[in-house]
Amino acid sequence: MSAITREDVAHLARLAHIRMDEQELDKMSGELAVIMDAVAAVSEVAGDDVPPTSHPIPLTNVFREDEPGEMLSQEQALAMAPEAEDGQFRVPAILDGE
Amino acid sequence: MSETTETTETNDLIRLTALQMAERLRVGEITSVELTQAHLDRIAAVDGGERGVHAFLHVNADEALAVAAEVDAIRAAGGAEAEALHPLAGVPVAVKDNIVTIGQPTTAGSRMLEGWMSPYDATVVTKLRQARLPILGKTNLDEFAMGGSTEHSAFGNTRNPWDLDRIPGGSGGGSAAAVASFMAPLALGSDTGGSIRQPGAVTGTVGAKPTYGGVSRYGVIAMASSLDQIGPVARTVQDAAALQELLGGHDAKDSTSLTEPLEGLLTAARQHDVTGLRIGIVSELKGEGYQEGVLERFREAVTVLQDAGAEVIEVSCPHLKYALGAYYLIMPSEASSNLAKFDGVRYGNRVVPEEGGTIEQVMGATRAAGFGEEVKRRIILGTYALSAGYYDAYYGSAQKIRTLVQRDFDEAFSKVDVLISPTSPTTAFGLGEKIDDPLAMYLNDVATIPANLAGIPGISVPGGLAEGLPVGVQFLAPARGDAVMYRAAAALESRLEQAWGAQLWAQAPELDDTRSTQPVGVGTADRTAGGENR
Amino acid sequence: MTAVTDEVLTFDEAMAGFDPVLGFEVHVELNTRTKMFSSAANAFGDVPNTNVTEVDLGLPGVLPVVNGKAVEYAIKLGLALNCQIAETCGFARKNYFYPDTPKNFQTSQYDDPIAHDGWLDVELEDGTVFRVEIERAHMEEDAGKLTHVGGASGRIQDAAHSLVDYNRAGVPLIEIVTKPIAGVGERAPELARAYVTAVRDIVKNLGISDARMERGNVRCDANVSLMPKGTAAFGTRTETKNVNSTRAVAHAVTYEIQRQAAILKAGGSIVQETRHWHEDTRTTTSGRPKSDADDYRYFPEPDLVPIVTTPEWIEELRAQLPEPPAERRKRLKADWGFSDEEFRDVVNAGVLDEIADTIAAGATAAAARKWWMGEIARLANVEGKDIPELGVSPADVVEVEALIAEKTINDKIAKQVLGFVAAGEGSPRAIVEARSLAVVSDDGALTTAVQDAIAQNPGVVEKIRGGKLQAIGALIGPVMKATRGQADAGRVREIVMEQLGVTE
Repeated sequence: MSAITREDVAHLARLAHIRMDEQELDKMSGELAVIMDAVAAVSEVAGDDVPPTSHPIPLTNVFREDEPGEMLSQEQALAMAPEAEDGQFRVPAILDGE
Repeated sequence: MSETTETTETNDLIRLTALQMAERLRVGEITSVELTQAHLDRIAAVDGGERGVHAFLHVNADEALAVAAEVDAIRAAGGAEAEALHPLAGVPVAVKDNIVTIGQPTTAGSRMLEGWMSPYDATVVTKLRQARLPILGKTNLDEFAMGGSTEHSAFGNTRNPWDLDRIPGGSGGGSAAAVASFMAPLALGSDTGGSIRQPGAVTGTVGAKPTYGGVSRYGVIAMASSLDQIGPVARTVQDAAALQELLGGHDAKDSTSLTEPLEGLLTAARQHDVTGLRIGIVSELKGEGYQEGVLERFREAVTVLQDAGAEVIEVSCPHLKYALGAYYLIMPSEASSNLAKFDGVRYGNRVVPEEGGTIEQVMGATRAAGFGEEVKRRIILGTYALSAGYYDAYYGSAQKIRTLVQRDFDEAFSKVDVLISPTSPTTAFGLGEKIDDPLAMYLNDVATIPANLAGIPGISVPGGLAEGLPVGVQFLAPARGDAVMYRAAAALESRLEQAWGAQLWAQAPELDDTRSTQPVGVGTADRTAGGENR
Repeated sequence: MTAVTDEVLTFDEAMAGFDPVLGFEVHVELNTRTKMFSSAANAFGDVPNTNVTEVDLGLPGVLPVVNGKAVEYAIKLGLALNCQIAETCGFARKNYFYPDTPKNFQTSQYDDPIAHDGWLDVELEDGTVFRVEIERAHMEEDAGKLTHVGGASGRIQDAAHSLVDYNRAGVPLIEIVTKPIAGVGERAPELARAYVTAVRDIVKNLGISDARMERGNVRCDANVSLMPKGTAAFGTRTETKNVNSTRAVAHAVTYEIQRQAAILKAGGSIVQETRHWHEDTRTTTSGRPKSDADDYRYFPEPDLVPIVTTPEWIEELRAQLPEPPAERRKRLKADWGFSDEEFRDVVNAGVLDEIADTIAAGATAAAARKWWMGEIARLANVEGKDIPELGVSPADVVEVEALIAEKTINDKIAKQVLGFVAAGEGSPRAIVEARSLAVVSDDGALTTAVQDAIAQNPGVVEKIRGGKLQAIGALIGPVMKATRGQADAGRVREIVMEQLGVTE
């Protein structure tokens, strides 16, 4: 298991869209190293024969009927928007187009 | 009526159990308006100010009194509508502030959501409204329910009513402290790794985490979807059972909601009989790391149950030693994804960096300013555990541990009906004591986490005091075995209360009226998050 | 428009040195009444941010619930693509931040798609059948719609800010992914078009999508890479996004082959990246290279439970499948009595359904073919569109036929009317009314025009009276001119004969 570095944290912060200054990166990488150390044993316990559990109580095939229900009004939808324009949510320029 | 008499009566009223309150309402001895006002008065007296408990982020006085008046009017009119009232109608309740409510702010204890108003109600809130329980307000919590002390709230910490310089547990410290200090007879909590049970333990209250899926999660701001569960906070096991019955049942809006309701909880809590009940002591959940006073109370509880006719054996769940590690990989992984939506685009407090910028920069600045340190820590941890090249070693392995923990519990429950352990390794620690040591804080959850990983129900009941501070005893039951859990918990509660000659809270210190120390004009009637909170 | 122009080889030069390998990711928007995970209406073109619930806005506390109908549609499509249907499958979260994605993750399927390992036989223009292997078809949700405001071009790169409408967010999608398609050689562009057309026809035939490419109901990402001739290792591929008509897919594949060949021939290497398609210049430009930001951190969606398909359920759905397009084509050809060539032209023009619908609505097979393969095809060609995207519907054609039958218009005017329909002026009957195109059959007006013609052409009149009835044509011309072509020629002839007192 590789140790978590300051550069790792910087990369993770970018992935998570959280701006962090140098000081925060230092502090966070130190704390995460301690935590990861404490949980590292987890990766050594279970073999390939153990299936993963993603849902604690197994249920299957929970479906909804294809019936329209109540919707929000445009006013309700935009009520808490930081910025709105022409019935839409307004956001700053997008640098990186898909 | 003199002021002294009124105060005494108010004090008596708020110290009743929720079911006693319900009974007095039913027979017309008191009105819901009186009862609700008594709790609002208590909140005004002990929640605010420098040395107040600070359990509430928002007090919903007007609406609560209006609902109370409706209940009183229905009762007064009599007839079919009065007959059809829910048994708890008119009994006030507090709601943890990560549960969304129309007409009251919901902050989840985060700057990110300061001032946010939900256009919809959580399913559990709809149920409270349908049953006509006046909602007193929204209670404090660690930001997004991440923490074990309520010190990670963006709106100030909550104090433990047993010792105002100690933590009330977390993340649901507000709900537990409100109930422990008679500001509310009932409250809602959410439990992802112990956030209902551990505050229950350290405040001398009862907190239950139902079987996963037993209560709808719709409208509860998610931390870790596969671990989160909503449950009751109360002062007695019966009150908790009654509230869980009200909250529970299938919800078509929650795909993980159980199809069949968990029934017979209150009946089981009234049984008080453990003759022949098989109780397992979990070898791995005692010993090293547990405070001696906690272990003493725990051993006494076991003895009391044995004396009452229970068969007690020791069982081993060998993989529980990995549960904490698995939890601290799964929880942050799911949380990192669940909290991605808080980006300042559709709602929440957008922060534009000084230099202006693109949406990516605005999202980065919004999340940097809106989230506290513990939330950021968990998001980064979860992002790491899910990232390319680490998924199998961390998230994948943790999910396998989850399977092993479930198998351990299956094996244990083939031998016993319920398991017993201390709820928390220690009593309430001092405010600020562990705030800079995340790992020490995480270790507090060691006994509560396994139930969340396995989806099984757990409850904490008061087990007495250690050095003047409450100790919690935890019962765990198989999935969908909530009834037997309540039965065992109620049996211990009644035997201990017989031994103490009163409920544990009779030993709690009186709280000072803090209003004299508050600046003029600061009321509690319409206190909102981030307003005059410290 | 981006000023950068890439070097390209001619298609023939490219083919001389390289073999193309293709791959397609086709997104199909389902036409369920509600969204994939919420009960909001799934509708196109409504007022922004009105077809939304708290779930579609990703408000705090919301949870998704799967639309059972969308799952059925996915299974049906899987069966129609000859896929294996997974016994169990589930949803996963694809985590990335983008303002059109309300939760900042897309709920999709990852390592357990509902359908996998299928194939589709695609018929090329000359009737050759090429088998495309299908890797998987999985369910997911669409994103909202971004409008870029400010800047000169309305494009993302120089916009001042953007607006987000979440009406489309959460609309059910099925993504169909092919295995790499090699060995098609110079017919790669043709195959690309035929494959996307075939997928569009299948989803339309199944009734699971409106399948209108111009509305984005069917969207294609085209992967292209080249192998030097004689080698077998796949090269680095590019992914050209959102190519949204069947002919554009062929053009995009052609352009990428030519562009990549030029780079490789000059000794360069291909950058693995997404590329943007520009319909106006028929070129692609560089989008975003693959980067470490593409770490999507997939994990099983904890808010949704697995789907288990039983053999009984699958067979029940299989029994509901309509006749497959290939078999249907065989049957229709026989029913309509078209020659091989006529029928292939119809198929290649992509108007099989239009003709079938036109016939079903009452037109004869010959009339339906005449209009769709004639004037409508000509209009489409002029517009540079595929015929089904022109905006003329089978109902319009039937209405035109009816107007002709009742002598309100003639063939010549009918062609004009179809042009106006394509221009979006409304239904044929409304257009005839609004533009006063009805043939003049008012006897009074015609009689006046005929009398004028008789008075001005005494020589012709003489011939007619003398029994040379074919000379009547010489009088019809001036009458037509006088009525600006809107006279019914048959009726003019009758009036001439009445006026001159002659009979057949």
